[in-house]
Formats: sequence, C-alpha cells, structure tokens
Amino acid sequence: MVSVRMQPCVLTVLLLTVCSTFVSSLYFHIGETEKKCFIEEIPDETMIIGNYRTQLYDKQREEYLPATQGLGMFVEVKDPDDKVILSRQYGSEGRFTFTSHTPGEHQICLHSNSSKFALFAGGMLRVHLDIQVGEHANNYAEIAAKDKLTELQLRVRQLVEQVDQIQKEQNYQRYREERFRQTSESTNQRVLWWSIVQTLILVAIGIWQMRHLKSFFEAKKLV
Amino acid sequence: MSGFALSLFLSLLCGWVLGSELTFELPDNAKQCFYEDITIGTKCTLEFQVVTGGHYDVDCRLEDPDGNTLYKEMKKQYDSFTFTASKNGTYKFCFSNEFSTFTHKTVYFDFQVGDDPPLFPNENRVTALTQMESACVSIHEALKSVIDYQTHFRLREAQGRSRAEDLNTRVAFWSIGEAIILLVVSISQVVLLRSFFSDKKTTTTRVVS
Repeated sequence: MVSVRMQPCVLTVLLLTVCSTFVSSLYFHIGETEKKCFIEEIPDETMIIGNYRTQLYDKQREEYLPATQGLGMFVEVKDPDDKVILSRQYGSEGRFTFTSHTPGEHQICLHSNSSKFALFAGGMLRVHLDIQVGEHANNYAEIAAKDKLTELQLRVRQLVEQVDQIQKEQNYQRYREERFRQTSESTNQRVLWWSIVQTLILVAIGIWQMRHLKSFFEAKKLV
Repeated sequence: MSGFALSLFLSLLCGWVLGSELTFELPDNAKQCFYEDITIGTKCTLEFQVVTGGHYDVDCRLEDPDGNTLYKEMKKQYDSFTFTASKNGTYKFCFSNEFSTFTHKTVYFDFQVGDDPPLFPNENRVTALTQMESACVSIHEALKSVIDYQTHFRLREAQGRSRAEDLNTRVAFWSIGEAIILLVVSISQVVLLRSFFSDKKTTTTRVVS
C-alpha cells in the first residue's frame, strides 16, 4: 500500500528533476548587450507560448551552469503595427504567453537585463529557447484532465485544433493576398499615371522652351 | 491516482519538445549558430528558407559533435537535409551572411529531432491501436504535412510581397525624381542658352568701343 502510494511521489520528484534540466533543447549564445529578435508571422487569435532557460559560463568549472537569480531576461513582444503587447522582465528561467489580436508579423525580442559586467566576464550567455505556436501550444494532458476525455476523444480534439489552425492560416493567406493585390494594383496605377504625366511634362516643356527662345532671339534681333 | 496525474501533467508541462521552428533576422556580415543535444540513432531534419533580403540566399553549415561537417552549402535559398545522428552530443548548425555587405536577411529554419511525443502517454498500452485510433493518427500526419506546406507557401508569398512593395516604392521615388530632373534640366538649358547669347553681346560691344 505504502509502495504504491510512494510511486507517484517518486515519479513526480524524478520528473521534476528532469524538468529542471530539460526545458527545451535548442540553444544559442547571446552577448551581454545583444538583443536577439525572432519573428512569428501568425493569423489573429493565435496563442504563442515561449519557454526559455539561461545558463552562464562558469570559468572555474569550465562549463555552463544555470544562471544566478540576479540575471534575468527582458522579453518584449511587438505586434505588426509596432505596438508593444508584452514587455516584461523574467528571471533566469521563464515562460511567456500572448495571443495575437491582429494578423501579421509579431516580433519577439530577448535581451539580458544584467548591469553587472562581472557576471558575464566577457563570456556568453547560453539561452535555451522554444516557441510554440497555435495548436502546438495546447497542453493536451491538461485538456484531457479538465474535460475528462478518453484517448479517442483527445485525438479527435487534437485533429479539430489542427483543422482550426489550418483554417485560420488560410484566412490569413486570403488577407495577405488582398494586400499583395492592392500593392500590385497601386504600382500599376502609379506606372500608368507617371507615363502620362511625364509625356505631358515633356511636351509642355518643349513648347515652352521653343516659345521662350523664339521671343528671346526676336528681342535680341537675331531672328 | 491524483499524484500520477499530477506527475503526468508536470511531465508534459515541462515542455518535452523535440522540434524547433524559428524565424530570425541575420544582419549583414553576421553569423548565427544554434546548438542542440541529440542522442545517437535519432532521425533529424533541418530545413531552412530565406524570407527577405538581398538575393534571398544564405550560407548554411551543420556540424556533428566532433566538428565534422555533415552539410555545407553556400548561397542557398532554401533546402532540406535529413540525417541520422551517429553519435551522442551537441550538434551545431550555423547560418552566415558574411558575404553580404549591406543587406540583412530574415531566415526561417525548422529543426525536427526524432518523432513527435505521444499525445497521451499511456503507460498501459498493450493492445494495438483500434481502427478509429489509427485513422486519427493518419489524419493527424496528413494535417501536419498540410500545415507544413502552408508554412512554406506563406514564406514564398512573403518573399513575393516584399519584392512587390519594393517595386512600388521604387516606382514612386523614381517617377517623382525623374519629373524634378526633367524640369531642372530644361530650365537650366534655357538659362544656359540665354547666357551664351548675353555674353557674346557684351564682348562685341567692348570690341567695338
């Protein structure tokens, strides 16, 4: 009885330790004052979840260790109209979420907030980053637990979410194609107007030149 | 039971993710590297596409933990490379824009490591999938490829649209500029001609007197 009850706790502890060392796999290096920006082009009403984890190079042990508590990352998210929709400082490990309200290119920028240069000591900060968009941002275990779904129901729910995302993306595609068409039509109009106006200017200037010179030479009694 | 559910919840919350897709800006003369720890025998795919900037090309290089180059291409617009990890360790891939002097590029890449995690980690999965479940799995895979195609289409469309917008602004500036140049040149032609005849007149009068 005791062992059966112990197992979930042991599992939890085990998974927690795994958690702390395995937030996300892809990482890159960032300098002290460097700002790294990522672009996410998404339709509207799409949720984005970003997870990051930082590590600082320890010269004594010559390896990357989890960064100290004082070192945090500043996360700034801008929407397609360059309006800031999220601007917050997180610790050395963080998770940020936002939902887009306008379709388009959103910019996610990260930079470290360290003011003590000694912390970096000329080294680089290692940032593990993972950004999940739309359907991938869903936590299916949570949904299954909340709505009490069977496995088949959960699979169907996942398919529904995927189809939803496809539909949103196609809607967004239609909106972009409209903008593209407007740009092309505007270029077309501009080229048409420009050629007409240029011809008119040329002809008008030609006439003015001849008339002006004729009157000038007549005044000089050369003609 | 609740402890078990909690541990499951936590395990999925910690982000057991095995695929990254990012779009980032690569300034001119810059190189950006990404690293990932991969275990032996995992099938990985790296695909990238240049979205905006210059001639829409970038250098890409993929190295294994020992520094051997697995993939190296210069000035490529888009490509896809699949490999199986032959050793454990940190794999590194870099995008370089060092050949460009003033254009910065936006690069999209998708690095898939292994397969997707199972949807519902069922510890007691003894029986094979039912027909309904396997149908769901195949629909899921098909939809994943639809989403992938949509992403590539969106990137191509972004390229086309940025070129069209460039063209639009260039036409606007050029037409205004050319109209101004026309006017300036024609007026200065007339003024210059007038000045030729004015000077001749003064010199002739001087000679006479």
